[in-house]
This record gives sequence, C-alpha cells and structure tokens, in this order.
Amino acid sequence: MSDAPQRPSLIALFLGFLTVGMFGFGGVLPWARRMAVEQKRWLSATEFTDMLGLCQFLPGGNVMNVTVALGARFHGIPGAVTAFVGLMAAPVACVIALGVIYDRYAQVPTVRHAFAGLAAAASAMVLANALRIAAPLRSRPVGLAVAVATFLAIAVLRLPLALVLVAMTTVSTLLTWRMAR
Amino acid sequence: MKDVSTLASLAAVFAQLSLLAFGGTNSVLPEMQRQVVQVHPWVTAQDFAALFALAQAAPGPNMLVVTLIGWRVKALPGALVATLSVAGPSSVLTFVATGVWHRFRDARWRRLVQAALMPVTAGLVMASAALLIRTTSIGWGAAAITVIAVLLFLFTRLHPLMVLAAATALGALGVLA
Repeated sequence: MSDAPQRPSLIALFLGFLTVGMFGFGGVLPWARRMAVEQKRWLSATEFTDMLGLCQFLPGGNVMNVTVALGARFHGIPGAVTAFVGLMAAPVACVIALGVIYDRYAQVPTVRHAFAGLAAAASAMVLANALRIAAPLRSRPVGLAVAVATFLAIAVLRLPLALVLVAMTTVSTLLTWRMAR
Repeated sequence: MKDVSTLASLAAVFAQLSLLAFGGTNSVLPEMQRQVVQVHPWVTAQDFAALFALAQAAPGPNMLVVTLIGWRVKALPGALVATLSVAGPSSVLTFVATGVWHRFRDARWRRLVQAALMPVTAGLVMASAALLIRTTSIGWGAAAITVIAVLLFLFTRLHPLMVLAAATALGALGVLA
C-alpha cells in the first residue's frame, strides 16, 4: 500500500468500531479487518495479521482483543476503552432487546417452537466452527489425538476446564516440540 | 446487600472464564454452563441454550450470551457487570501484551505454543458443540435442523443469518413439535 497509514482520532475509533459492531453478523472479524485496513487504512494488512496473531494467542474473544489492541496502539488506555465501547454498544443493546422479547413471549407455543429452531441452528454454528478449526488436524495424527483427549476430558469426563487446559496445553506443547526437533 | 453479592458472583464467574477462553468464548461454554446452571443456579440448561441462540442471532461478537445471562440474573446492572467481567481480564492482558509483543513475536517458543494450542482449542469447541446439541436436540426435527444447518454452514456460501432465520421459521411452523 503506497499511502501512509492514517492515525485515527478517538471519535473516529469509536465510530469505526460502532459500525463494525452493528453490521458484524455471523463473524465480526472480517468486518473489523475491512474497516481498519481497507476502508480507513489505519494499518496495513501485514500489521493487522500480526496483531491478530497476538490476539489469537491470548485468551478472550479474538475480535474483542483486536479492538483493544488497535485502540491502544493509537491512543493508549483511552483508545482501548473507546474502541471497545464502540464495538459493544450496539450489540449489547440489540441482544438485551432480543432478551426482553424472549422473556415476554417465551410462553407462547409458536414463539417457543421458533426459538427451538433457532437454537438448533445456533448449535450447528458452533459444530461447524469446531469442524473448521479441526480440519487441518486430519494430517496431524498427534494433534488429532490431543483434540480427541481434550474433547473427552470436557464432554464425557466433565473435568474442570482450568485443569484440562493446563494439562493438555503442556502435553501438546511437549509433543509439538518433540516432533519439531 | 444481596444484590451486591450477586453482582460480585457474576463478576467472579465471568472474569475467571475470560482468562480461560483460549480460542474465544466458544471454548468455555461447558464450563460457563456448569457455573451458571449448576454452581449458581441462575438459569436452567434449556434457558442457557435459548440465550446462546439469541446471542447468535444478534450482531456483534459471539460472547453476548454472557450479557444475556447477566440480564437474566440482575437486569441492566447484571448485563453490564457480566459483559465487562468477561471482557476485562483478557483485555488487560491484551493491552499489556501489545506493549511487549515485538520482543517475542518471532520467538520460536511462541510459534510452538500457538501450534500446540490449536488442537486443544479444537477439542474444547467440539465439546461446546456437543453440549449445545445435546440440549437443543429436543426431537428428531430439531436434530435434523442441526445436521442440515452444519452442512449449509460448511459447504455453501449462504449467509449464516439466512440459515438461522430459516431454522427459526421452520420451528415456528411446528416442524419440531
């Protein structure tokens, strides 16, 4: 990209992420990338990918982490807070409105059935997400074994998440390290 | 006083989940359900699945189920406390990490750990999916909707919202009853 990246003001950060939050149906990350890299040119594609790499490495929602990292990059703590509030304002208002509607009409059979249909498809969304993440493991039997063991520990044995996370990440790191040597 | 202690419990539960959510909120759904359905009986398992579905139908990041649980427990203060608690700790960590990132982004150990986390995340999200499907498959009709929706998500370029809307319509028509 030839032109130099633009340094956004706090208001621009807020408005930029407000838009991302409002339109980010079914995956917010592509929208955030489009806004920050292609439309506003706050940072280059490489810088964005680099930032995303960090955010995927840390706990927490990736989009939320990217938002905080991007806000902080331009305006420190005020930037991080502003970008975050921008991202969350519309979705939080919207989901609370949906919650109120659900609470009020949940006893109506048609509404209850409609929500059962929605819930079935929402479960499918998570399964599709899991299958997409797992797809590269087809050629990595060791990784596949780690994934299956993690699944069994949580879904069947119902072990505490913190324990499983520490144990499986340690095992997985040791295995990956031995394979890489 | 009881209100304050409930809000404090909400904050504690979600702040803890925030730091465990490697790979995003979808990794911690079974633990979240255990906390809010069994440990603190704030919602039923059915409600949990319904609230999760509502959150998926709203725009924005997919951690909004947390906002709805907070709302259910203590209205607006609950919603805000839950949302800020699930976002806070991981955001602080991100903020600190961006400052030191350039020092270790090319480090061999970082790439190693990132590669090692991937299969763990895959297993966690799969466990979340299993939990949700167990709750939402209330009959053959609902199970069939889940299977068809997975195929549509994976193999077509249909917008996810279209699939959610179609499933909602089928439900309303009584296909699941």
